[in-house]
Amino acid sequence: MSYVVLILGMAVITWVIRAAVFVLGDRLVFPPLVRTALGFVPVTVLTAIIVPMAVSPHGASAELTWRNPQLVGALAAVAVSALTRRPLLTIAAGLTVFFIWQCVVLK
Amino acid sequence: MTHPTPSRPTHPGHRKEFIAGARDIIPMMVGAAPFGVIFGTLVASGPLHPWHGQLMSLAVFAGSAQFIALGLIAGHASFAVIWATTLVVNLRHVLYSATLAPHVAHLPARWRWVLGALLTDEVFAVAWEHYRHRAPGTVGPHYFFGAGLAMYLNWQLWTVAGLLFGAAFPGLQSLGLDFAMVATFIAIVVPQLVALRYIAAAITAGMLAFFWQAWPYKLGLLAAVFAGVAVGVLLSLSRPNSRRSRKTAQEHARSNARKTAGASQ
Repeated sequence: MSYVVLILGMAVITWVIRAAVFVLGDRLVFPPLVRTALGFVPVTVLTAIIVPMAVSPHGASAELTWRNPQLVGALAAVAVSALTRRPLLTIAAGLTVFFIWQCVVLK
Repeated sequence: MTHPTPSRPTHPGHRKEFIAGARDIIPMMVGAAPFGVIFGTLVASGPLHPWHGQLMSLAVFAGSAQFIALGLIAGHASFAVIWATTLVVNLRHVLYSATLAPHVAHLPARWRWVLGALLTDEVFAVAWEHYRHRAPGTVGPHYFFGAGLAMYLNWQLWTVAGLLFGAAFPGLQSLGLDFAMVATFIAIVVPQLVALRYIAAAITAGMLAFFWQAWPYKLGLLAAVFAGVAVGVLLSLSRPNSRRSRKTAQEHARSNARKTAGASQ
């Protein structure tokens, strides 16, 4: 029973954090500086999530080597995306390189 | 109450958008699958009942916070500590909702509550990719809702799988399915690196996130994002033509402020 209270508390906290700005949205006017800053949120946050996943897939130490399939796959995806700007092609190429690297090259 | 109910995309265009959102998030669903299974497996090996684990996935729907909570529960942390940790771990969602807010501001409040509940890292990435080419206020909620609901159901499915069969998939993490998330995020980020200030912001955030990844409660990620955003803002302000655009933006803000002041009187 008490774990239910714990979990529902977590749920309320998470929901309020996520929805607060949405719900207050029409009453909030962001100053220009904040709007400029928010324009950088997507590229920074998505990059900040993926760089550690690609560079150190097993934890804290960097694996800057061709034997790291996450890194090789990520570099391939970056190259395909920079050249074509096509999302589906990028995802397909990145996954293909990653799995070939993991299952074939490294075996 | 003349607003359409959130859960029924009846208009054919709405259904199309709903399906498009659900389709575009499929790579993220693949990427989240191992985490759902691992979460379920960890619940089964800890002090919680399996249905507590499912309740957590159903009600909280936040991978990182759920994993960290399991660790804290196993370590007998107090509820206050677990709730405070949930708050800190999820703080980055404030940035997500602030970024997307102009695109949902025109929707009825209950749509905004629903979309807010579904706003994970992955849903943010996919929704933003959809919104960024379109003017705020011109897109309905159905694409966002389709992506979010697909991700939500996916999380429930893989949590159940982990709770029931987790012990049968010991090597799941080494498969590297989470790379699907990396590839999808790259496909979203790289086309936006169109100017030096975006490139510099992304490199700053990426490098610092790597160096600070051992910080607790994802604070390293949050700090790296703030540093990257700061670099981007500084480069924006130092652009030669930024003075003019800043001036017009300030005038715009002033007229908005006047409007708000007038409305509140």
